[in-house]
Amino acid sequence: MELFFQQLVNGLSLGGIYALIALGYTMVYGIIELINFAHGDVYTLGSFFSLAILTALGITSEMHGFPLVATILGVMAGAMVFCGIVGVLIERFAYRRLRNAPRLAPLITAIGVSFILENIMQLWQGPSPVPIPTFIPEASFAIGGVTIQVKQVFVVGLAVFMMIALQLFVYRTKLGKAMRATAQDRDAAQLMGIDINMTIALTFLIGSALAGSAGFVSGVYYGTTWFFNGFSAGLKAFTAAVLGGIGNLAGAMLGGFVIGLVEAFGAQYVSDQWTNVMVFSLLVLVLIFRPSGLLGESLPNKV
Amino acid sequence: MKFWTALDPRLKGIVVLGLLVFFPFIDPNAAHLNFLADAATFVLLALGLNIVVGFAGLLDLGYAAFFAIGSYSYAMLASPQFNLHVPFWVMLLLAPAITAIFGILLGAPTLRLRGDYLAIVTLGFGEIVPQTFLNLSQWTNGPNGISALDQPVLFNYKFGLQTLPYYFVGLFLLAVAIIVVHNLQDSRLGRSWMAIREDELAAAHMGINTTKAKLSAFALGASFSGLAGVAYASKLSLVSPDNFQFNVSIFVLSMLVLGGMGNIYGVIIGSLLLSSLERFILPQATIFAHNLGFMSLDFSNFRFMMYGIILVAIMLFRPEGLFPSRQRKAELHVAQLDAALASQEQSLYNEAAP
Repeated sequence: MELFFQQLVNGLSLGGIYALIALGYTMVYGIIELINFAHGDVYTLGSFFSLAILTALGITSEMHGFPLVATILGVMAGAMVFCGIVGVLIERFAYRRLRNAPRLAPLITAIGVSFILENIMQLWQGPSPVPIPTFIPEASFAIGGVTIQVKQVFVVGLAVFMMIALQLFVYRTKLGKAMRATAQDRDAAQLMGIDINMTIALTFLIGSALAGSAGFVSGVYYGTTWFFNGFSAGLKAFTAAVLGGIGNLAGAMLGGFVIGLVEAFGAQYVSDQWTNVMVFSLLVLVLIFRPSGLLGESLPNKV
Repeated sequence: MKFWTALDPRLKGIVVLGLLVFFPFIDPNAAHLNFLADAATFVLLALGLNIVVGFAGLLDLGYAAFFAIGSYSYAMLASPQFNLHVPFWVMLLLAPAITAIFGILLGAPTLRLRGDYLAIVTLGFGEIVPQTFLNLSQWTNGPNGISALDQPVLFNYKFGLQTLPYYFVGLFLLAVAIIVVHNLQDSRLGRSWMAIREDELAAAHMGINTTKAKLSAFALGASFSGLAGVAYASKLSLVSPDNFQFNVSIFVLSMLVLGGMGNIYGVIIGSLLLSSLERFILPQATIFAHNLGFMSLDFSNFRFMMYGIILVAIMLFRPEGLFPSRQRKAELHVAQLDAALASQEQSLYNEAAP
């Protein structure tokens, strides 16, 4: 039983990372119906940017107290800003021209962008996994025999915090209203005086910044990253977004945690060789049997 | 040139085939023949994917999975692995049948999905298949793959490790494949694929059984990769899960995008261009850079960036590819026309707004 709860904790923290990536996927899909294939690579970029900032600051060892909090916030903010900018640039130069093109054209472009980003990261940081300095203390506490690391609490807390903040932004602010309007009917929104280009760019900015924060978190959580990480992480996060109901923020969150749990329990009780197969089979099954996801509404076929 | 275009297409085919048959006697360089024999595999893959993506408009991002299944069927049925030795020529019929069955198995539940969801499901399938071959190590030797596959024998002539016979086999398979796709394209089925690609709802209303048409596209497309798999596995005499990763699917997709989806000859040219980029142009560029003194520069590290740039640039600036089919071009230009009209409306609106 202890093992079960241990994997529950591990699965939730893994799920927190997927949830953060899935939020960006779901936002972009919600607004322009594009599976932003490059999103997973923006997440990996977040890890590499964090590494670059940590290296630039000369941080190699554990920190405590105020400097620790300041470093966490500073490095994460840096990674988020960089990734946000990358996301906006991708939208501007790769996707905007194709907004009225047949549906598959931007998807193929997104795959191309993903390959370009991966290759850039490979050239930048080399083809093998790169270590990231662990500056967060390896503190942990135990509840009834289950060890919970402080980092794990941090990951889950951050994911929940980001989702609430995003929910508030989308449903309580004017810009959020513009985003919802654009998602619902782009032409009508434009006629109401909403700057469509700005709103879509903003969506990419926020989504990519969230991926950046996920990249930072996973970097310090695992203490390592790899240029090709984003491919499977992105695919799993997309699975999470679909599972929760694409376009639905709370759904992305829920889906992220479910995928994290599936992976953790699968590794424990089946075999860790088969976790990827299980997650992708889940994706296929959800798409076939409940394409609207757990919390999503079903969409009619548009003519 | 005018004389050439006026020529009967069948006659053209015979002329080209004749030239290619005599090519080894003009240029007996083994490296060139080896390249062409390998390239033939990828042309086969591109022609098969073209049926699914180019003709029927179903984006398949996991095509390498079928290639893997084709190769592994040869590896398991024609090697010391299980001591089965099905002849190469029988496998040329059997493997396409096996991959076609898998195409139907994948297609049947997924084909009612919307275009981009289908793309992701096929991608998931493309991840699951090599992973499964990797994990079932009691049968597939896991990461080591299966080696010492049977080499083809024609009457008593053993192919062994020579290049020439594989070149002719590749040529033969390609000739058959091209005739098949040609006939398919103009058949009732081919025309219904294109109707589905242009507008699925309208096609269904015209009485096309869209599910059946899409399934046959999946099955036929997959069967080509079965052929390619047999040719590939027998020539290499080795299969391993690493050879069928996502990048292979994208490599083949890039061939289509570059050459022009839906156009048989565009796809063939795109495929040959990318294969030679991989085999000759990048290594040559690296040698050139080294001669100039840039010792650390290795252009083969830029491979994936090349595919990425090809996909992005073609989609942005010439979505119909370098050698488009007439219909495809027209279709894409309707979209552009729509966009132009929309931006015109937009500018009118902007002028009218105070």
